[in-house]
Amino acid sequence: MLKIERRPAPVWVRAVIPLAAILVTFILTSILILVAKANPFEAYYHFLIAPLSGQVSAIEVLVKSTPLLLTGAAVTFAFSAGYWNIGAEGQLLAGAIAAAGLGMALETFPPIVAIPVMILGGFLAGMVWAAIPALLKVKLAVDEVVTTLLMNTVILFLISFLLNGVWRDPLSGWPQSAQIADSAIFPKLIPRSRLHLGFLLAWVVIGLIWLVINRTALGMRMRSVGMGPEAARFAGVKVGRTMLTAALVSGGIAGLAGVSEVAGIHYHLIEAISANYGYTGIIAATLGGLNPLGVSLAALFIGLIDTGAQSVSRALGVPIFLGNVVQATLLLVTLGMLLLQNYRIRRV
Amino acid sequence: MDIFLVGLIAATLRVATPLIFGTLGELICERAGILNLGIEGTMFLGAFTGFAVASVTGSLWLGFAAAVAAGVIAGLLMGLLTVRLGVNQHVSGLGLTLLLTGISLFAYRIIFGERSVQPSIDTFPKLAPFGNLPVLGPIFEQYALTYLAIALVPLLWWLIYRTNFGLQIRAAGENPEATDAAGVNVFRVRFLALAIGGGLMGAGGAFLSLAQLGSFIFGIISGRGWVCIALIIFANWHPVRVLWGALLFGGVFALQLRLQSTGMKLPYELFLALPYLVTIIALTLAGRNASAPAALLKPYRRE
Amino acid sequence: MYAVELKGITKRFGPVIANNHIDFQLKLGEIQALLGENGAGKTTLMRILYGLYHADEGKIVVNDREVQIRSPRDAIVNRIGMVTQHFTLVPTLTVAENVALGYTQGFHLDPKKLEADVAASAKRFGIEIDPHALVRHLSVGERQRVEILKSLYRDARVLILDEPTAVLVPQEVDVLFATLNRLREDGMSLVFISHKLYEVMAICDRISVLRDGKAVGTVEKEKTSQSELARLMVGRETFGVTRQGENHPGKPLLRLDRVSAVDKKGLPALKNITLEVCQGEILGIAGVSGNGQTELAQVLSGTLKPSSGEIRVGEKKLTGADPAEFTAARVGRIPEDRHGGVVGEMSVADNLALENLDKFVRSGMLDRKAILENAKRLIAEYQIKASPTDRIRTLSGGNMQKVLLARALARDPLLIIAPQPTRGLDVGATDYVRKKLLEQRDAGTAVLLVSEDLDEIMALSDRIAVIYEGQIVGVVAARDATAEQLGLMMSGAWEVAHAEN
Repeated sequence: MLKIERRPAPVWVRAVIPLAAILVTFILTSILILVAKANPFEAYYHFLIAPLSGQVSAIEVLVKSTPLLLTGAAVTFAFSAGYWNIGAEGQLLAGAIAAAGLGMALETFPPIVAIPVMILGGFLAGMVWAAIPALLKVKLAVDEVVTTLLMNTVILFLISFLLNGVWRDPLSGWPQSAQIADSAIFPKLIPRSRLHLGFLLAWVVIGLIWLVINRTALGMRMRSVGMGPEAARFAGVKVGRTMLTAALVSGGIAGLAGVSEVAGIHYHLIEAISANYGYTGIIAATLGGLNPLGVSLAALFIGLIDTGAQSVSRALGVPIFLGNVVQATLLLVTLGMLLLQNYRIRRV
Repeated sequence: MDIFLVGLIAATLRVATPLIFGTLGELICERAGILNLGIEGTMFLGAFTGFAVASVTGSLWLGFAAAVAAGVIAGLLMGLLTVRLGVNQHVSGLGLTLLLTGISLFAYRIIFGERSVQPSIDTFPKLAPFGNLPVLGPIFEQYALTYLAIALVPLLWWLIYRTNFGLQIRAAGENPEATDAAGVNVFRVRFLALAIGGGLMGAGGAFLSLAQLGSFIFGIISGRGWVCIALIIFANWHPVRVLWGALLFGGVFALQLRLQSTGMKLPYELFLALPYLVTIIALTLAGRNASAPAALLKPYRRE
Repeated sequence: MYAVELKGITKRFGPVIANNHIDFQLKLGEIQALLGENGAGKTTLMRILYGLYHADEGKIVVNDREVQIRSPRDAIVNRIGMVTQHFTLVPTLTVAENVALGYTQGFHLDPKKLEADVAASAKRFGIEIDPHALVRHLSVGERQRVEILKSLYRDARVLILDEPTAVLVPQEVDVLFATLNRLREDGMSLVFISHKLYEVMAICDRISVLRDGKAVGTVEKEKTSQSELARLMVGRETFGVTRQGENHPGKPLLRLDRVSAVDKKGLPALKNITLEVCQGEILGIAGVSGNGQTELAQVLSGTLKPSSGEIRVGEKKLTGADPAEFTAARVGRIPEDRHGGVVGEMSVADNLALENLDKFVRSGMLDRKAILENAKRLIAEYQIKASPTDRIRTLSGGNMQKVLLARALARDPLLIIAPQPTRGLDVGATDYVRKKLLEQRDAGTAVLLVSEDLDEIMALSDRIAVIYEGQIVGVVAARDATAEQLGLMMSGAWEVAHAEN
């Protein structure tokens, strides 16, 4: 007789979950692939293998992962302290606005000045945009999920206002900003490719947050607040201040993702500057178990799926949106499976 | 009465309709204790399903029914995640939105392929139940679905406050432990609430594709789901106030459309952002969300 | 015929025998008290009767028929109702809605009819309540009446009340007693669980005393006295524990001056507490749980702000200070709930370091080596069976407590706040913790010990203060204390007994 008990599962279950989740996702999404009259195994080849088999597409995976590495890092940082930053999307946009604004104004400065200023400006903009929901949460216990969602929508209006008004590109007349100064454009990491400084910046940020979370007193305080706020408070940790710090820094990092998209890919501010990167960052953070290294792998994996989706679409005629479905399914399956950690099966 | 004003009121009712459906749907979920961030995706799914079935079968009402059914299934899926499994409501809701959006777009491509001209259908006709009234006529020329949405407000009020099921919903959302102790099956109540809520959300999406637009575009929902989330707070979790809130938001939106067409140099984005900012202020003033169902966001597990 | 008879009820929780072959008879139309200290088994016994627990052995007989009660539903079918200490009410619903929840018929809900039904039921039993009122606007006493009404609405003929006066003010207690008398006259049979002697003598017809899981006797009110009950409850004349040498207390270190505080529910928990603890002494706070001990420890740990009064440690004023300030003032604090006092998923080493992080920081970074060394040292010193990197929630209760003890003593404190330090621990861990506290005392540290275990208080304390309903009812030197005296003080009967003498 097997009995299911609500006790912590053996440790190996935790390690197996990502693989099991991928397998279950494969099985579930195969249904859709079959509906599209394609072969699931071929489809998954294109998703997972094909992008890595050519240099151009492999680089594209890295390019696509760049904003996700940053938003994933941002969300991870906040979630570690128990602050549910759903506003990474809006903070990213704030950073993009700052980058575009500074980028256009820094014509006369050399890159060695323009780029750091833009990065700093984007970080601060992200922090500012994260400040209101964070303060409301810490001081008035207002749920941060709803407030950050609202802020995400409001900033879209701000962008629309800017792009249709004062920032409208005089050259093209499209609702996009003028191009940022040449000195503000992120240099390419690999010549004649799309891989730009943002990728490097992302890894530096990931390294830094790993350092902060695991090796600083602030990080330990954050983790204690995230894992046991009562115990943390008893031990003297200033819970409100810690959470506020985590929220603001998280906003700043998300802002960097916006800088990266403006200065590295588009060179203009456009309305569609973010393809839901803020929300996908939440997927990456959840899949990566809030561990900076795991989150990076998850971000790269999602980048792989995004690139692969294009390949699947081209080669098999399966709609490109399969990529979105795979990501969302993987998230939900992983969430469901994470709960398996709370149960043990015993032979009775 | 000024023609502008009459036109504005008529447009307000139209614009408010999907908000009413969606917000009432979210309301019943939240009263039972579940924050359903899957609303954006459910409305999207409803818009798509309604359009697809209507296109294929030629029947608008069949499309509408299918959209509602799709919404119910989405609600049950949310229930599986949050009620049965007890997964964090924020992330599962967002994940569900992403999933349903992806599935809808995927299915749309499969069925309609990629065309240069978007497929469209004849929309629901507008009703004029009071005939051709002078002056006020346009106000009453609304889709059947708009009348339905408005009728749902008192219906939902009745469901929540005048039925035993509604009592159980309210109890489960405030204090699931006490509700369980009283012998009520909290899980079943929440599942049902999510199913009904999902159906309403699907209806809201279907309105957009079957009545307002007659086609399905990728931006068809564009954040209306989140508006509904804000509206609930604005309406203090009360069904009748949902109607006023939806009319207010709808009115502002309709107003800025009209002002835009008159060529006024107003920052219409400010108008659009205003209701959201007001909601944030409302949240600040309410402080601890005094009227939110006390057990909102806490999964209930019987130890 | 008895309304309810329990025969040979035995219930074990692991190695602990909570109910040990208990026989209990409830007569028709009587109010019987179930009296005993914490852990005596009173609540467990009644929870078995109400179907919340299952007995390992024994029978339940209702109206001369043996019945199986596996859940509250079964109890309700057998017309047994229970009013627990924690109300199960939905604050935003009306009284009528709360009473009827889970007991409604059909689909439609007519509030007027429901309120009329509930009003009729209330009138029948003489319970004063407005069915239309929202529960959240009701006082605690009124809410309790709603809980009682819930059982009556479901046709209960037997009503169990678990420490009903614990949350009431004296005026509400009078109203409750009047209600209970009316119910008894109506022919209902009531069980009144309590540890308060004078109340039990006031309202009950018969009193059954439980001690350490066994029934020690049932007496009729007329034929007993509070002193006798106290003796039965506490069970010993002397405590027969060897005291650990004489102590020589120094100057007062901790001073509480008319400290009042309100608990998490907004009810007054501490009322004008004035206390002193001297250097080199252990002051034991004795009392039945729920009388304000938790709040006293919280106010001295920085997790609850007093509403008035002053707290001083040496020269420092620590009224309303936060936890870090207490630690900085060299107050070693142990959390009362050890599971809520540790960060479960963090390692033993990290938990040990958390309170004193600034000591483990070198040029901005955590000195992991120092944290590890610190943990190794403390693990050895306190004989903790764990390795520094183990996640602390995998530790046994005893080892977890040692970790918390080690952390509290790490900064060589002047004052130690130790609430329930040995609760739930095995013999070995218990001895260890007690030994450590005595060591600290001998070294000159002031110790405030709060415990529900009277033996422990007697063994360790130099002076004993008894807390009852948020007030200190007396302070005695431990060597002069007797069981009867402490029992009376803990049950709130000291003044009455004094007056009688």
